[in-house]
Amino acid sequence: MRVKIRNPQRREIDVQGVKLVDQLLRKLNLNPESHLVVVNGELVTGDRHISEEDTVEIVSAISGG
Amino acid sequence: MRCINCQERSVIDLRRHNSSFCKPHFLSYFDSQVEKAIRRKRMMGPDDRVLVAVSGGKDSLVLWDLLSRLGYDVTGLHIHLGIGEYSESSHEKTANFAKQRGLELVVVDLAETYGMGIPELSVNTGRVACSGCGLSKRYVMNREAVEREFDVLATGHNLDDEAATLFGNVLRWQTGYLARQSPVLEASPSAGPALVKKVKPLYTLTERETAAYALLSGIDYESEECPNALGATSIRYKEVLAALELESPGTKHNFLLQFIERVQPKLETVDTDDHELRECDQCGQATTAEVCSFCRMWDRARDNVAEGRSPHPARRRRRRKPIEINPST
Repeated sequence: MRVKIRNPQRREIDVQGVKLVDQLLRKLNLNPESHLVVVNGELVTGDRHISEEDTVEIVSAISGG
Repeated sequence: MRCINCQERSVIDLRRHNSSFCKPHFLSYFDSQVEKAIRRKRMMGPDDRVLVAVSGGKDSLVLWDLLSRLGYDVTGLHIHLGIGEYSESSHEKTANFAKQRGLELVVVDLAETYGMGIPELSVNTGRVACSGCGLSKRYVMNREAVEREFDVLATGHNLDDEAATLFGNVLRWQTGYLARQSPVLEASPSAGPALVKKVKPLYTLTERETAAYALLSGIDYESEECPNALGATSIRYKEVLAALELESPGTKHNFLLQFIERVQPKLETVDTDDHELRECDQCGQATTAEVCSFCRMWDRARDNVAEGRSPHPARRRRRRKPIEINPST
Protein backbone atom coordinates (compact mmCIF):
# COMPACT_ATOMS: atom_id res chain seq x y z
CA MET A 1 0.00 0.00 0.00
CA ARG A 2 1.29 3.43 -0.93
CA VAL A 3 1.15 5.88 1.98
CA LYS A 4 1.79 9.63 1.82
CA ILE A 5 3.19 11.21 4.97
CA ARG A 6 3.24 14.91 5.88
CA ASN A 7 5.46 14.85 8.96
CA PRO A 8 6.08 17.76 8.19
CA GLN A 9 8.18 16.99 5.09
CA ARG A 10 6.23 15.18 2.40
CA ARG A 11 7.29 11.69 1.41
CA GLU A 12 5.74 8.48 0.15
CA ILE A 13 6.41 4.97 1.37
CA ASP A 14 5.22 1.43 0.70
CA VAL A 15 3.61 -0.42 3.61
CA GLN A 16 2.61 -4.09 3.54
CA GLY A 17 0.52 -6.28 5.80
CA VAL A 18 -1.73 -3.81 7.64
CA LYS A 19 -5.51 -3.94 7.71
CA LEU A 20 -6.41 -1.17 10.16
CA VAL A 21 -5.42 2.50 10.51
CA ASP A 22 -4.20 1.88 14.08
CA GLN A 23 -1.96 -0.93 12.83
CA LEU A 24 -0.53 1.37 10.16
CA LEU A 25 0.43 4.03 12.72
CA ARG A 26 1.95 1.40 15.03
CA LYS A 27 3.94 -0.10 12.17
CA LEU A 28 5.34 3.32 11.30
CA ASN A 29 5.99 4.09 14.99
CA LEU A 30 3.78 7.20 14.82
CA ASN A 31 1.85 8.37 17.87
CA PRO A 32 -1.94 8.45 17.16
CA GLU A 33 -2.21 11.32 19.66
CA SER A 34 -0.28 13.58 17.28
CA HIS A 35 -1.30 12.30 13.85
CA LEU A 36 -4.41 12.18 11.70
CA VAL A 37 -5.12 9.71 8.92
CA VAL A 38 -7.01 10.55 5.74
CA VAL A 39 -8.27 7.64 3.61
CA ASN A 40 -9.60 8.40 0.12
CA GLY A 41 -9.90 12.08 1.10
CA GLU A 42 -11.85 11.35 4.29
CA LEU A 43 -10.64 11.76 7.87
CA VAL A 44 -10.94 8.41 9.65
CA THR A 45 -10.57 6.85 13.09
CA GLY A 46 -8.10 4.12 14.07
CA ASP A 47 -10.54 1.22 13.65
CA ARG A 48 -11.06 1.94 9.94
CA HIS A 49 -10.15 -0.95 7.59
CA ILE A 50 -7.73 -0.11 4.80
CA SER A 51 -6.76 -2.04 1.68
CA GLU A 52 -4.27 -1.87 -1.19
CA GLU A 53 -6.64 0.20 -3.35
CA ASP A 54 -7.06 2.98 -0.78
CA THR A 55 -5.28 6.32 -0.99
CA VAL A 56 -3.84 6.88 2.48
CA GLU A 57 -2.30 10.07 3.85
CA ILE A 58 -0.90 10.60 7.35
CA VAL A 59 -0.83 14.19 8.63
CA SER A 60 1.32 15.23 11.57
CA ALA A 61 -0.44 17.62 13.93
CA ILE A 62 2.71 18.76 15.75
CA SER A 63 4.18 22.07 14.72
CA GLY A 64 5.84 25.15 16.06
CA GLY A 65 9.20 26.33 17.22
CA MET B 1 -16.37 3.74 15.75
CA ARG B 2 -19.67 5.62 15.97
CA CYS B 3 -20.42 9.24 16.91
CA ILE B 4 -21.54 9.50 20.52
CA ASN B 5 -24.29 11.92 19.49
CA CYS B 6 -25.86 10.40 16.37
CA GLN B 7 -24.30 6.93 15.79
CA GLU B 8 -23.03 7.94 12.33
CA ARG B 9 -19.49 6.86 11.41
CA SER B 10 -16.91 8.89 13.39
CA VAL B 11 -14.15 10.91 11.76
CA ILE B 12 -12.16 11.44 14.96
CA ASP B 13 -11.82 9.89 18.38
CA LEU B 14 -10.93 12.02 21.41
CA ARG B 15 -9.66 9.65 24.04
CA ARG B 16 -9.25 12.41 26.64
CA HIS B 17 -13.04 12.90 26.47
CA ASN B 18 -13.76 9.19 25.95
CA SER B 19 -15.69 10.26 22.84
CA SER B 20 -15.73 10.09 19.08
CA PHE B 21 -17.57 12.34 16.65
CA CYS B 22 -18.91 12.45 13.10
CA LYS B 23 -17.96 15.53 11.06
CA PRO B 24 -20.93 17.80 11.97
CA HIS B 25 -20.78 16.93 15.66
CA PHE B 26 -17.00 17.37 15.82
CA LEU B 27 -17.27 20.85 14.25
CA SER B 28 -20.05 21.68 16.67
CA TYR B 29 -17.94 20.41 19.63
CA PHE B 30 -15.03 22.56 18.43
CA ASP B 31 -17.19 25.70 18.13
CA SER B 32 -18.67 25.17 21.58
CA GLN B 33 -15.23 24.70 23.19
CA VAL B 34 -14.06 28.03 21.77
CA GLU B 35 -17.28 29.84 22.67
CA LYS B 36 -17.06 28.46 26.21
CA ALA B 37 -13.42 29.55 26.57
CA ILE B 38 -14.22 33.06 25.33
CA ARG B 39 -17.18 33.35 27.71
CA ARG B 40 -15.54 31.83 30.80
CA LYS B 41 -12.36 33.85 30.49
CA ARG B 42 -14.11 37.02 29.26
CA MET B 43 -11.78 37.19 26.28
CA MET B 44 -13.80 39.46 24.03
CA GLY B 45 -17.23 40.93 23.49
CA PRO B 46 -19.38 41.52 20.40
CA ASP B 47 -18.34 45.19 20.21
CA ASP B 48 -14.60 44.59 20.50
CA ARG B 49 -12.32 45.08 17.49
CA VAL B 50 -10.16 41.95 17.39
CA LEU B 51 -6.79 41.63 15.65
CA VAL B 52 -6.00 37.97 14.89
CA ALA B 53 -2.32 37.11 14.45
CA VAL B 54 -2.22 34.86 11.37
CA SER B 55 0.90 32.95 10.35
CA GLY B 56 -0.76 30.90 7.60
CA GLY B 57 -0.50 27.72 9.70
CA LYS B 58 -3.51 25.64 10.76
CA ASP B 59 -4.10 27.10 14.22
CA SER B 60 -4.22 30.77 13.29
CA LEU B 61 -6.32 30.20 10.15
CA VAL B 62 -8.74 28.01 12.12
CA LEU B 63 -9.03 30.71 14.77
CA TRP B 64 -9.63 33.44 12.19
CA ASP B 65 -12.23 31.29 10.41
CA LEU B 66 -14.03 30.47 13.63
CA LEU B 67 -14.08 33.98 15.12
CA SER B 68 -15.40 35.45 11.87
CA ARG B 69 -18.11 32.76 11.68
CA LEU B 70 -19.08 33.45 15.30
CA GLY B 71 -19.68 37.08 14.30
CA TYR B 72 -16.71 38.82 15.92
CA ASP B 73 -15.24 41.95 14.31
CA VAL B 74 -11.92 40.42 13.22
CA THR B 75 -8.98 41.63 11.14
CA GLY B 76 -5.97 39.45 10.32
CA LEU B 77 -2.36 40.47 10.94
CA HIS B 78 0.31 38.60 9.00
CA ILE B 79 4.00 39.26 9.64
CA HIS B 80 6.17 38.45 6.63
CA LEU B 81 9.36 37.12 8.24
CA GLY B 82 11.50 36.91 5.10
CA ILE B 83 12.35 33.22 5.66
CA GLY B 84 12.68 32.27 1.98
CA GLU B 85 10.15 29.98 0.35
CA TYR B 86 8.48 29.22 3.70
CA SER B 87 7.50 32.86 4.26
CA GLU B 88 6.37 33.32 0.65
CA SER B 89 4.12 30.29 0.85
CA SER B 90 2.75 31.26 4.31
CA HIS B 91 1.91 34.74 3.06
CA GLU B 92 0.22 33.34 -0.03
CA LYS B 93 -1.94 30.92 2.00
CA THR B 94 -2.96 33.75 4.36
CA ALA B 95 -3.77 36.19 1.54
CA ASN B 96 -5.79 33.56 -0.35
CA PHE B 97 -7.73 32.68 2.80
CA ALA B 98 -8.59 36.34 3.41
CA LYS B 99 -9.60 36.91 -0.21
CA GLN B 100 -11.84 33.82 -0.39
CA ARG B 101 -13.71 34.88 2.74
CA GLY B 102 -13.67 38.64 2.17
CA LEU B 103 -11.73 39.26 5.38
CA GLU B 104 -9.54 42.28 6.07
CA LEU B 105 -5.80 41.55 6.30
CA VAL B 106 -2.90 43.74 7.47
CA VAL B 107 0.56 42.60 6.34
CA VAL B 108 3.78 43.80 7.97
CA ASP B 109 6.90 42.87 5.98
CA LEU B 110 9.93 42.92 8.32
CA ALA B 111 12.38 43.58 5.47
CA GLU B 112 10.32 46.52 4.14
CA THR B 113 9.51 48.00 7.55
CA TYR B 114 12.65 47.35 9.57
CA GLY B 115 15.33 46.73 6.92
CA MET B 116 15.85 42.97 7.00
CA GLY B 117 14.16 39.62 7.47
CA ILE B 118 14.77 37.04 10.22
CA PRO B 119 17.72 35.21 8.54
CA GLU B 120 19.65 38.50 8.14
CA LEU B 121 18.65 39.61 11.64
CA SER B 122 20.05 36.35 13.01
CA VAL B 123 23.33 36.69 11.10
CA ASN B 124 23.77 40.34 12.05
CA THR B 125 23.07 39.89 15.74
CA GLY B 126 24.59 36.43 16.24
CA ARG B 127 21.32 35.45 17.88
CA VAL B 128 19.42 32.18 17.29
CA ALA B 129 16.79 32.85 14.61
CA CYS B 130 13.80 31.74 16.76
CA SER B 131 14.80 34.08 19.59
CA GLY B 132 14.93 37.19 17.37
CA CYS B 133 11.81 36.02 15.54
CA GLY B 134 9.76 35.58 18.73
CA LEU B 135 10.79 38.97 20.09
CA SER B 136 10.03 40.66 16.74
CA LYS B 137 6.61 39.01 16.40
CA ARG B 138 5.55 39.91 19.96
CA TYR B 139 6.64 43.51 19.40
CA VAL B 140 4.99 43.93 15.98
CA MET B 141 1.75 42.31 17.14
CA ASN B 142 1.40 44.62 20.14
CA ARG B 143 2.49 47.72 18.24
CA GLU B 144 0.08 47.13 15.33
CA ALA B 145 -2.79 46.38 17.72
CA VAL B 146 -2.13 49.53 19.77
CA GLU B 147 -1.52 51.88 16.84
CA ARG B 148 -4.56 50.62 14.93
CA GLU B 149 -6.68 50.86 18.11
CA PHE B 150 -7.76 47.24 18.42
CA ASP B 151 -9.29 46.14 21.73
CA VAL B 152 -7.94 42.59 21.68
CA LEU B 153 -5.11 40.62 20.08
CA ALA B 154 -6.02 36.94 19.54
CA THR B 155 -3.43 34.24 18.84
CA GLY B 156 -3.89 30.60 17.79
CA HIS B 157 -2.01 29.00 20.69
CA ASN B 158 -3.60 25.62 21.38
CA LEU B 159 -3.54 23.20 24.33
CA ASP B 160 -0.34 21.51 23.07
CA ASP B 161 1.49 24.84 22.63
CA GLU B 162 0.52 25.94 26.11
CA ALA B 163 1.25 22.57 27.75
CA ALA B 164 4.71 22.47 26.09
CA THR B 165 5.47 26.01 27.25
CA LEU B 166 4.31 25.14 30.76
CA PHE B 167 6.45 21.99 30.73
CA GLY B 168 9.53 24.01 29.71
CA ASN B 169 8.87 26.70 32.31
CA VAL B 170 8.39 24.10 35.07
CA LEU B 171 11.60 22.27 34.11
CA ARG B 172 13.49 25.54 34.66
CA TRP B 173 11.20 26.91 37.40
CA GLN B 174 10.75 30.15 35.49
CA THR B 175 8.40 31.69 38.05
CA GLY B 176 8.11 35.00 36.18
CA TYR B 177 6.98 33.24 32.99
CA LEU B 178 4.71 30.87 34.97
CA ALA B 179 2.99 33.83 36.65
CA ARG B 180 2.18 35.31 33.24
CA GLN B 181 1.15 32.08 31.48
CA SER B 182 -2.56 32.61 31.08
CA PRO B 183 -5.12 32.37 28.25
CA VAL B 184 -5.88 36.05 28.93
CA LEU B 185 -3.44 38.87 29.61
CA GLU B 186 -5.30 42.06 30.36
CA ALA B 187 -4.38 45.37 28.71
CA SER B 188 -2.11 47.75 30.59
CA PRO B 189 -3.85 50.57 32.49
CA SER B 190 -4.83 53.44 30.18
CA ALA B 191 -2.43 55.89 31.87
CA GLY B 192 0.72 53.79 31.27
CA PRO B 193 2.52 52.56 28.16
CA ALA B 194 0.22 50.58 25.93
CA LEU B 195 -0.01 46.80 26.08
CA VAL B 196 -3.03 45.40 24.26
CA LYS B 197 -5.21 42.69 25.82
CA LYS B 198 -4.01 39.27 24.57
CA VAL B 199 -6.18 36.15 24.36
CA LYS B 200 -5.78 32.50 23.31
CA PRO B 201 -9.27 31.16 22.47
CA LEU B 202 -7.97 27.71 21.34
CA TYR B 203 -6.23 26.91 24.63
CA THR B 204 -8.60 24.04 25.51
CA LEU B 205 -8.26 22.33 22.11
CA THR B 206 -5.38 20.08 21.08
CA GLU B 207 -3.23 20.58 18.02
CA ARG B 208 -4.67 17.34 16.58
CA GLU B 209 -8.17 18.80 16.98
CA THR B 210 -7.27 22.07 15.23
CA ALA B 211 -5.64 20.07 12.40
CA ALA B 212 -8.83 17.99 12.11
CA TYR B 213 -10.97 21.14 12.05
CA ALA B 214 -8.78 22.58 9.26
CA LEU B 215 -8.99 19.38 7.18
CA LEU B 216 -12.75 19.02 7.67
CA SER B 217 -13.39 22.71 6.87
CA GLY B 218 -11.25 22.68 3.73
CA ILE B 219 -8.82 25.27 5.09
CA ASP B 220 -5.69 25.33 2.92
CA TYR B 221 -2.99 25.95 5.53
CA GLU B 222 0.81 26.00 5.42
CA SER B 223 1.77 22.50 6.49
CA GLU B 224 5.51 22.82 5.94
CA GLU B 225 7.40 23.53 9.15
CA CYS B 226 9.50 26.68 9.47
CA PRO B 227 13.08 25.57 8.57
CA ASN B 228 14.33 27.24 11.75
CA ALA B 229 11.95 25.22 13.95
CA LEU B 230 13.33 21.80 12.98
CA GLY B 231 14.75 20.30 16.16
CA ALA B 232 13.17 23.02 18.34
CA THR B 233 12.90 22.27 22.05
CA SER B 234 9.16 23.03 22.04
CA ILE B 235 8.59 20.24 19.51
CA ARG B 236 10.63 17.90 21.70
CA TYR B 237 8.42 18.78 24.68
CA LYS B 238 5.30 18.17 22.60
CA GLU B 239 6.58 14.72 21.67
CA VAL B 240 7.25 13.89 25.32
CA LEU B 241 3.75 15.02 26.32
CA ALA B 242 2.19 13.11 23.40
CA ALA B 243 3.96 9.94 24.57
CA LEU B 244 2.50 10.46 28.06
CA GLU B 245 -0.92 11.19 26.56
CA LEU B 246 -0.85 7.90 24.67
CA GLU B 247 -0.32 6.01 27.93
CA SER B 248 -2.73 8.12 29.93
CA PRO B 249 -5.34 10.11 27.99
CA GLY B 250 -6.12 13.50 29.53
CA THR B 251 -2.60 14.08 30.87
CA LYS B 252 -1.94 17.24 28.80
CA HIS B 253 -5.43 18.58 29.46
CA ASN B 254 -5.10 18.14 33.23
CA PHE B 255 -1.52 19.41 33.34
CA LEU B 256 -2.43 22.69 31.64
CA LEU B 257 -5.98 23.36 32.80
CA GLN B 258 -5.32 22.50 36.44
CA PHE B 259 -2.31 24.83 36.35
CA ILE B 260 -4.42 27.65 34.90
CA GLU B 261 -7.27 27.18 37.37
CA ARG B 262 -5.39 26.26 40.55
CA VAL B 263 -1.75 27.35 40.37
CA GLN B 264 -1.31 30.36 38.10
CA PRO B 265 -3.62 32.70 40.07
CA LYS B 266 -1.48 32.07 43.20
CA LEU B 267 1.75 32.80 41.32
CA GLU B 268 0.53 36.23 40.23
CA THR B 269 1.05 37.51 43.77
CA VAL B 270 4.44 35.88 44.40
CA ASP B 271 6.13 36.92 41.14
CA THR B 272 8.97 39.16 42.25
CA ASP B 273 10.43 39.78 38.79
CA ASP B 274 7.85 42.46 38.09
CA HIS B 275 9.48 45.75 37.10
CA GLU B 276 7.55 48.91 36.44
CA LEU B 277 6.62 49.49 32.81
CA ARG B 278 7.69 52.67 31.01
CA GLU B 279 7.81 53.89 27.42
CA CYS B 280 10.83 53.06 25.26
CA ASP B 281 12.88 56.22 24.58
CA GLN B 282 13.09 55.32 20.90
CA CYS B 283 9.78 53.79 19.86
CA GLY B 284 7.41 54.58 22.74
CA GLN B 285 6.37 50.93 23.21
CA ALA B 286 6.10 49.38 26.68
CA THR B 287 9.36 48.23 28.28
CA THR B 288 11.08 47.98 31.65
CA ALA B 289 14.35 49.54 30.34
CA GLU B 290 15.20 52.93 28.81
CA VAL B 291 15.33 51.37 25.35
CA CYS B 292 13.24 48.26 24.68
CA SER B 293 14.88 44.95 23.74
CA PHE B 294 13.37 45.09 20.23
CA CYS B 295 14.99 48.47 19.46
CA ARG B 296 18.30 47.34 20.99
CA MET B 297 18.35 44.17 18.90
CA TRP B 298 17.45 45.86 15.62
CA ASP B 299 19.85 48.77 16.25
CA ARG B 300 22.68 46.29 16.78
CA ALA B 301 21.83 44.46 13.54
CA ARG B 302 21.62 47.69 11.50
CA ASP B 303 24.86 49.05 13.05
CA ASN B 304 26.69 45.85 12.18
CA VAL B 305 25.45 46.03 8.59
CA ALA B 306 26.37 49.73 8.26
CA GLU B 307 29.87 49.22 9.66
CA GLY B 308 30.47 45.98 7.76
CA ARG B 309 31.03 44.07 10.99
CA SER B 310 30.52 40.36 11.10
CA PRO B 311 29.21 39.32 14.53
CA HIS B 312 29.44 35.80 15.88
CA PRO B 313 27.80 33.35 13.50
CA ALA B 314 24.27 32.47 14.54
CA ARG B 315 24.08 29.16 16.32
CA ARG B 316 22.28 26.42 14.49
CA ARG B 317 20.13 23.73 16.00
CA ARG B 318 20.97 20.10 15.58
CA ARG B 319 18.19 18.06 14.05
CA ARG B 320 16.99 15.52 16.55
CA LYS B 321 15.47 12.12 16.04
CA PRO B 322 11.75 12.04 16.94
CA ILE B 323 10.91 10.36 20.24
CA GLU B 324 9.91 6.79 19.59
CA ILE B 325 6.78 5.33 21.04
CA ASN B 326 6.50 1.74 22.10
CA PRO B 327 4.96 -0.13 19.14
CA SER B 328 3.39 -2.61 21.53
CA THR B 329 1.18 0.02 23.16
